[in-house]
Amino acid sequence: MPMPKQLLIIIPCYNEQASLPALLGEVGSLQIPGYELTPLVVNDCSKDNTYAVAKQYGAKVLDLPINLGIGGAVQSGLLYASQYHFDFAVQMDGDGQHPPKELIKLLAHNEATGANLIIGSRFIENEGFQSSFTRRLGIGYFYWLTRILTGVHVFDSTSGFRLFDKKAIELATNYYPDEYPEPESLVHFSKAGLRISETPVIMAGRMGGQSSIRNFASLYYCIKVTLAMLFSAIRKTQ
Amino acid sequence: MARIQIITIITSLLFLLYISRLIIKGKLREEYAIVWCVCTLILVIFSFWRSGLEVMSKLFGVYEAPNLVFTASIFVILIYLLHLSVVASKLHKQNKQMAQDIALLKEKVYSEDRQLEN
Repeated sequence: MPMPKQLLIIIPCYNEQASLPALLGEVGSLQIPGYELTPLVVNDCSKDNTYAVAKQYGAKVLDLPINLGIGGAVQSGLLYASQYHFDFAVQMDGDGQHPPKELIKLLAHNEATGANLIIGSRFIENEGFQSSFTRRLGIGYFYWLTRILTGVHVFDSTSGFRLFDKKAIELATNYYPDEYPEPESLVHFSKAGLRISETPVIMAGRMGGQSSIRNFASLYYCIKVTLAMLFSAIRKTQ
Repeated sequence: MARIQIITIITSLLFLLYISRLIIKGKLREEYAIVWCVCTLILVIFSFWRSGLEVMSKLFGVYEAPNLVFTASIFVILIYLLHLSVVASKLHKQNKQMAQDIALLKEKVYSEDRQLEN
């Protein structure tokens, strides 16, 4: 019997006390043959009882002393993955939008393609929860920008539901963008020679609480991320 | 010497004294103080050298002398703000790294405490 692969489930949370119990319950009962799952809640200095709720459900918690944002929080989880030599890490948002049962699709796609970063995409097949029109417009824009800068066809470049293999974990521990990290990190990973692949998943709407990115298609987001991606593309990789 | 000259000289010297005091008390790092000291020094020089402003204006091709003062001041301020932005970015990055280190250590301590209990 080969050793099961160690998979760290990084659950970044900011004020997610409402969604966390259901999510941790689902993750706890998840069984994937060949993989040993370890949930890790990253509490991004929440103002509510996220920490207490996570501890109550027996999860390991990284308790950040200051709010770092999604990029910093996910990177903290990846640092943990690197430190404890995990084979894989997956980002699973604390609001419940990334259903645990879809995780097996990401792993299957990694086994099939061997890509370093697997993105769970909402937009390859038009199923599941669909965002607003303006949001999808923005995502279309990033599809073209990502394709121009990296050559990779990514329909859902803003998806946080991603599987990192060992190589991707190591790269991300050195650099992972702070604000709106998803599209920019694709450029960075691609430049470093990592293979990126997408697979369709079905995502849920928020289970509880409030989103921290209210108006997704806001101009600031688009300009900021475009600039970040352009700079990432011309920056020399270390 | 005109009244305004005397006022600016005294004010500049008081300002320099205050900056020195802040540095001695450890409230201001030298690298930030340099900009203030240089500015004050320039002010003192031009306070003594009345025709200095006219000379400089002619040199830069500026018709109204005060405009040169404003332009130069704004330029210096912009550069200084850029410098502060660079410093702030570095501090931000260092803060992030420390926060992550702390969180990882807290988790490690917690785990080891649990192990000791069992």
